[in-house]
Amino acid sequence: MNQMTKQKPAKKAVQKPKAATSVKAPVRLKEHIVEIISDSGEGAQKCGQSLGAIAAQMGNGIWTTEIIPAEIRPPARSVAGASGNRIRIGSGYITNGGDETDMVVAFNEQVLLGRVRAKELKPGCTILLEDMWRTHADPKIVASYIETHDALVKAGYKVIEIPMERECRTMVADPRRGKNMYALGMLCYIYSLELKLAVDQIVLAFGKKDQSVVDSNIMLLEAGHKWAAANLDFCYSIPAVRSTEPQLVVNGNTSLALGVLASGMEICAMYPITPATSASHYLSEVFEKVGGMVHQAEDEIAACAFAIGASYAGKCTVTITSGPGYSLKQEAIGLAVMGEIPLVVVNVQRGGPSTGQPTKMEQGDLMTAIFGSHGDAPKVVMAPGTIEECFYSIITARKIAETFNMVVVVLTDAALATSQQPFPRPQFNESWMAPPVDQSPVPAGAKPYDWDDTTGLARRFIPGQPGGMHTLTGLAHDRDSHVAYDAEINEQTLRFRSLKLAALQKTLKAPKVFGDPKGDLLVVGWGSTKGAIEEAVEMLRAEGKKVSSLHLQFLQPMAPGIKEILQGFKKVMTVESNWSDRPDDKIIDESNRRYSSMAILLRSRFLIDIDCFSEVKGQPIKPGTIRRVMLEKLKK
Amino acid sequence: MNMMSDMNSATACLLQMTDEHFQLEDYQSGVPRWCTGCGDNAILAAVQRLCRDEALRPEKTVFVSGIGCSSRFPHYMKTYGFHGIHGRALPVAEGVKMARPDLTVFVNTGDGDCTSIGAAHWIHAIRYNMNLTVFLHDNQIYGLTKKQASPTSPIGTKSNTTPRGSYLEALNPLTVTLGVQNVSFVAQAADWIPEVLFDIVKAAYHHRGLSFVRIIQRCPEWLPKALDPWMHDPNKVLLLNHANGLQASAGLSRVYKNQIEHDPLNIDRAREIASDTETIPVGILYNNPAVPCYEDLRQSDKLRTADLTRAGLNAELDKYTVWPQGAEQKVA
Ligand SMILES: Cc1ncc(C[n+]2csc(CCOP(=O)(O)OP(=O)(O)O)c2C)c(N)n1
Ligand code: SF4
Ligand SMILES: [Mg+2]
Repeated sequence: MNQMTKQKPAKKAVQKPKAATSVKAPVRLKEHIVEIISDSGEGAQKCGQSLGAIAAQMGNGIWTTEIIPAEIRPPARSVAGASGNRIRIGSGYITNGGDETDMVVAFNEQVLLGRVRAKELKPGCTILLEDMWRTHADPKIVASYIETHDALVKAGYKVIEIPMERECRTMVADPRRGKNMYALGMLCYIYSLELKLAVDQIVLAFGKKDQSVVDSNIMLLEAGHKWAAANLDFCYSIPAVRSTEPQLVVNGNTSLALGVLASGMEICAMYPITPATSASHYLSEVFEKVGGMVHQAEDEIAACAFAIGASYAGKCTVTITSGPGYSLKQEAIGLAVMGEIPLVVVNVQRGGPSTGQPTKMEQGDLMTAIFGSHGDAPKVVMAPGTIEECFYSIITARKIAETFNMVVVVLTDAALATSQQPFPRPQFNESWMAPPVDQSPVPAGAKPYDWDDTTGLARRFIPGQPGGMHTLTGLAHDRDSHVAYDAEINEQTLRFRSLKLAALQKTLKAPKVFGDPKGDLLVVGWGSTKGAIEEAVEMLRAEGKKVSSLHLQFLQPMAPGIKEILQGFKKVMTVESNWSDRPDDKIIDESNRRYSSMAILLRSRFLIDIDCFSEVKGQPIKPGTIRRVMLEKLKK
Repeated sequence: MNMMSDMNSATACLLQMTDEHFQLEDYQSGVPRWCTGCGDNAILAAVQRLCRDEALRPEKTVFVSGIGCSSRFPHYMKTYGFHGIHGRALPVAEGVKMARPDLTVFVNTGDGDCTSIGAAHWIHAIRYNMNLTVFLHDNQIYGLTKKQASPTSPIGTKSNTTPRGSYLEALNPLTVTLGVQNVSFVAQAADWIPEVLFDIVKAAYHHRGLSFVRIIQRCPEWLPKALDPWMHDPNKVLLLNHANGLQASAGLSRVYKNQIEHDPLNIDRAREIASDTETIPVGILYNNPAVPCYEDLRQSDKLRTADLTRAGLNAELDKYTVWPQGAEQKVA
């Protein structure tokens, strides 16, 4: 390394990159994945979000993914400290984050290294690298920069050094503020995006601050654009057709929160936990404007109990959490099941077990969601597969909870929580709202738990209803809500509570197969893997393979018609982001292999030999990976 | 009284409100299954009397409890009741009150329920200061699970988990409660002095905010002699009097001569009195009606109507909408 410093290639930095001699015609692309990364606080996230919004306005399909360091303030220039955004831009509709990155803008070489080591960059990918480190006062930094730079060049990456800091310094005193807009300007040039839309983004973001901030950001934006036009020898265009309908661009957590707004619920009780918190942050900002409130309880048990109290009193309530908090809520969830109190519980899954990987995606909580809480505690479990479904699933969840007096668990994950994908702007419908609290007198002789023998359903009495007085209890109870000491009653009521799931199941429609209804291989998925699975299926179908996929939104109960679908394929496998034993591990065989959650559920319910592939890397499974796995499965 | 027969129209309802009378039976439900001599019976009697005297509408009244002998309380009230899970009565009651401030909400919790498994909720409930009336049935033992030491068991208490006597000094629920920010009402009663018990229950009900009433409760089943020293020697009971608190009646004063004047607004003095474990102070230790209630601070002043929701939702959607070219007008 010392040797390398002695070579003093620092001179190179002083050379201006060659001006592009002629204006190159943009290369047309079908899609591209670009990421912008920096130390946290340098604004790469904002830059990426703006880029995504601009591309969406141009009519491009986009999928943005936040790159979040595990620590709040990782040390500057650290390998694990990359903060930023990854944007997949396409001509058509984009359903997931895609495979490896095609181009990256890095504010220092260390955060870049982190991405290289995580194998997130495509071999030979273009790297636009801030070059200020080459002439840094600290020789160690200079050495590290040069070493990394040279290694990347050697490894075949197309590294272009950019004097972002130097250029910005000619215009502003502190380039740490605003360099991201310079980068945005460059990217607008590279992707042939209208600069005016970027100006709009700046006005939207800083409009409330003083005009000088807006002006200086626009100046940097334009300078970045100009520099790129003068110095880069490539640019792209990703043709797009502007949508004729208004599109909403939000991440999964905001979508959930908007769903809460639209559902008519009045209270959200929560305790902060990554990656669920941003949903509550957003709700805290806006909920009161429509007559709601967010209660930050002293812990998740209290949050769940508070929600149950409010629901019991007639206002179906939501509690939002992630894995560890979800575990804490279990006893209270059982109480809601036993008392037949409607309740919506959102679990934005993260890596587990224990504290696990707070900022990373995983689908590890399906079994806990279905079987959690001791005894037989039947509850509804739903999993939105897209950002759009995050919105509508909350409205549906509230409805089911109140119709069936059940707990409805909505499982999303860190990937959905932090990704953005445009979807048609929802049109508010009054029927989404909760009905007013029933305060009418209870008919004489009516009982608080008058279970219907076929459906298990009973009308609920809400405090305030004259004549409905009874004590709800988590103890086994009879139709009068009297504590039941009789084992017979206990068994009957277990039956009624279970029947409600069947009653709901009868109202569900069979899910639609993606691809042909018959073929060689069917992949079953749930939750955030939807887009990647369908993309892999599409690729293989284009190659003539007889493959399809099935994505389940209702995990408990499962919709009718699934068995018939599974039977239409020679092979069936699930693709999930939760642990399954690797069949090629030495001591793993059919007698001890632990399958992925959905695979276990399907195998036990349908008695079909269903395989699984799982990856638990804290990142969404890539379509390319799924494609490879499917090809292997087809060959086996 | 028969609530159902004349409840058929809203007018009947309104008329009724002006002139309502209830009998004790209107609040009584089932036969309590507590042991004979259990202090919970006295608490039940006092509370039923309160409901009758205050003509609390049974359908607008909710008793929330946790788990324990004492948490069976709601089953014996002919109101709405919520017999939940161990330790979580307070957060459930908070949720009820936040959703429905129109309901009168009481909480019954045992010493294990409140000061052990539910201790975190207890501290925070005091701080939220919602308008709840909380009765801590403190028998200084786990009754339902058959005699284990509780945090409030006096040091040396022999129990099934401490057969050679409990090891730790008892936790003092009064000093703990009086130490929490936003505390607004703390009182102590003893089940064997029904007159004061009733007066305290009544004062607690009338306090707006969280009223915390520790009731020293006998458990003849597991600790039959534990409270004898205080029951047999009235001088070991200290009655707290004040013009802004309770005033001992002449009859009571004949038996309980150990009395002091105590201003319920004086929190320092309240903490001193509460720290005395030799005598049992009975009365209102602290009462400050000026502490704001969480539900008042947090209740939205807007009604969650469809129109408001549509407007609010659309305003939010506007922030994140990408409009088709030339159509940047708002949708309805
Ligand atoms: C989570 C949980 N842990 C333990 C229990 C068992 N349990 C029931 S009541 C109780 C203690 C009751 O003591 P206390 O709260 O003082 O009420 P008491 O019976 O004395 O009125 C315990 C430990 C339970 N029901 N739930
Ligand atoms: S065990 Fe004690 S607390 Fe429980 S009912 Fe009997 S006397 Fe009362
Ligand atoms: Mg006890």
